[in-house]
Amino acid sequence: RRLDMRPLKEAIAEAVVQLCQENLASIKEAAVLDIVYNHTFQNKRVWTVYQMTKATGGETDIFDFTAFKRKFKRRIQSSLINVTINFKEFEDNAIWIRIAWGTSYTKPNQYKATYVVYHSQTPYAFISKSINRSNLPLLCQALIVASNYGDIREMELRSHCLDSLKDIVFKRYSQTFQTHHPKPLQERNVAPENVDPRLIQEDKSEKERIQRVNREVFGDGPQPKLEFAQYKLETMFKSNPKMVNVSERESFRCLVKFSSPHLLEALKSLAPAGMADAPLSPLLTCIPHKARNYFKIKERKGVLAASLVSP
Amino acid sequence: MTESRTKLGVEKGCVNQLVGTDEDLQRQLAQTILKEKKDFKISIHLATSLPLPAERDHIRPRIDLIVFMINVQSKYGFKNIEASLAHVDANFFLGKVCFLVTGVGRVNHCSVDMSAVRKLGDVYCSPLVFCELELEGIRISTAQRLLRMLQICAGHVPGVSALFFSSLMRSSNDE
Repeated sequence: RRLDMRPLKEAIAEAVVQLCQENLASIKEAAVLDIVYNHTFQNKRVWTVYQMTKATGGETDIFDFTAFKRKFKRRIQSSLINVTINFKEFEDNAIWIRIAWGTSYTKPNQYKATYVVYHSQTPYAFISKSINRSNLPLLCQALIVASNYGDIREMELRSHCLDSLKDIVFKRYSQTFQTHHPKPLQERNVAPENVDPRLIQEDKSEKERIQRVNREVFGDGPQPKLEFAQYKLETMFKSNPKMVNVSERESFRCLVKFSSPHLLEALKSLAPAGMADAPLSPLLTCIPHKARNYFKIKERKGVLAASLVSP
Repeated sequence: MTESRTKLGVEKGCVNQLVGTDEDLQRQLAQTILKEKKDFKISIHLATSLPLPAERDHIRPRIDLIVFMINVQSKYGFKNIEASLAHVDANFFLGKVCFLVTGVGRVNHCSVDMSAVRKLGDVYCSPLVFCELELEGIRISTAQRLLRMLQICAGHVPGVSALFFSSLMRSSNDE
């Protein structure tokens, strides 16, 4: 027998509406509730990281939240009246901003709001991927005006997991340090799993090498959680010269995308699982250090070899 | 080496070498083989590729059977095995090499062409055994087959030589 939840849901919805009416709730309360919801379920959205830079000679001012809110609202509303802007500060110094956009003729669309997460002690802002990119320049301007920065740029770093993005740009994950004196291999405290003397592992030293290389590259701690790495190739097609028409010297366009529920942990486990050589390609392992998971690979001038291009 | 040992009165034994990159599966299979009841001594050597490290050469007994574990879902593993084959002494290919092929069940995840696998069996004159080792029942029956092959390759079954047996297995594959 199926339980019909609909009357129950309707009853709850009606009770909530009544409660709101009695307490003269307004859009403001609804917006703040929306922020709380999205903060709790923040990993439902895809977040892009933006980095702000100080204007030359700018000083680090003490952060004034009230002034920030005022300047932000003023900058946006000077261009667009029909907006709903709300703020909420959370425990880890994260300021959440919710913006519902309208146009000159229409009221703000409360169902397609943009969310911005800003940590005042850092030059980083995280913006939820919004469908309406035409409002993005205005949003960016308001951010730098309100936070006293000079410029803002979009980083090539995107993920569902907001905390992991913070871990990467705030450098909160366990980093590896290139040592010139490699530590002697420490015997891990693992109980001997197979005491059967009839089973002999021939390439123990190779396995230990793989573990050591992995530790050097990835560190010991948990990896930040990313779902994608994307490589856009703009390189020449290399093949038997007879096959390709020499006059067709166009770049061969190709997109390689790696996806996984937890990409970096998956990459870390490839060599130990016997699925790849160790060490992995630096194109993959540089992701947290370079704080990017979207790459463009171009031809290296002079030598026909692919090289990594960073802006 | 094992021959001279037998003359010295050491118990007759069989040595099996498993080569493949899928460690967990390799280890599971090895443990299943060891669990099986048998009346001869056996040791199993595991490796991800050949050649085996030279520093252990002096303590390693003669190997009776080499089993290459091919996972058709891993092109990397297959290339590894192709490279390893070059390091195998020609004498082994007279019946002392066999290819264990896994992963054929998941058609969407196959990265290695079946014709390439069959070609390997043809080129190296060695039998292919297909199985899915995750299932315990199949793992046990595969272990039993391998044990039987190992016995023959070590010369423990009178009247049946490794070469004879492998030619039997191969002719049935070529149906």
